[in-house]
Amino acid sequence: MPGDTPGAPESYARTFEGDGMATVELRFSAQPEHVRTARLVAAAVARRAGVDEAVLDEVRLAVGEACSRAVGLHRSHGITEPVSVALTEEEKVFSIEVGDSVPGPGGDPADSGARNGSGTTGASGGGLDRPDPETDGAGEDEMGLAVISGLVDDMEVRSGAGGGVIRMSWPAAGAALQA
Amino acid sequence: MDLSLSTRNVSGPGGDRTVVEVGGEIDVYTAPKLREQLVELVNDGSYHLVVDMEGVDFLDSTGLGVLVGGLKRVRAHEGSLRLVCNQERILKIFRITGLTKVFPIHTTVDEAVAATD
Repeated sequence: MPGDTPGAPESYARTFEGDGMATVELRFSAQPEHVRTARLVAAAVARRAGVDEAVLDEVRLAVGEACSRAVGLHRSHGITEPVSVALTEEEKVFSIEVGDSVPGPGGDPADSGARNGSGTTGASGGGLDRPDPETDGAGEDEMGLAVISGLVDDMEVRSGAGGGVIRMSWPAAGAALQA
Repeated sequence: MDLSLSTRNVSGPGGDRTVVEVGGEIDVYTAPKLREQLVELVNDGSYHLVVDMEGVDFLDSTGLGVLVGGLKRVRAHEGSLRLVCNQERILKIFRITGLTKVFPIHTTVDEAVAATD
């Protein structure tokens, strides 16, 4: 979006490393209420890209999990930048990248859990501004990732200095068939 | 966005059961409301809960976390938390997370209320 946020594109460009331009890009402030919007948009674009109807529920759930996780990370780290979602329609593949702005130490997916470790060890551990001050299942972050990896065959977690990205993809028939 | 909750008490062979009827979407935004409801019930002494998920359109891991938390709370009082669900899309989430082994899942509220094991 031209003129949207001057200065932001540097980290934004670092977040998405795909070679093509996304079909639809979405950025939303890290608030839980916007995750539903991301789910709706992702499902609509996936349907348009020719992703099988039977799989759309999985797309919706997986993108919701990835966005919820990103929102949680941003909030627990006090990051005000938006969460970004790139939906890309390629010839036979539909892919979604959900990017957060929490710097990770390296590319090891295991780090993503460790870096969310502040406050999940005890329900009374403080953190007044946490979205989920009373964490019932310690490690909801891991549970979200577990759901994604259970749902999506093709899934990758990257973590770098500019933030983390969860990339997921599904087979798609291509929008041409629906034209 | 929209989560509906209603509770009612039902007598079963094993004693009183509180049925929590949930409708709409349980996600990172709405799950705290469900948690509040479950916490309130347990604080008020309802330790045997039946959560009717038949009206649920969407459930994510945040919702699962709240249900697990509810189970933990009622178990601290020798209670129970049973689910009612027939929707394949919802059941799938319990399956891939292994939670079908943790929650008794029933096909009807009557069946859940009648269960005593």
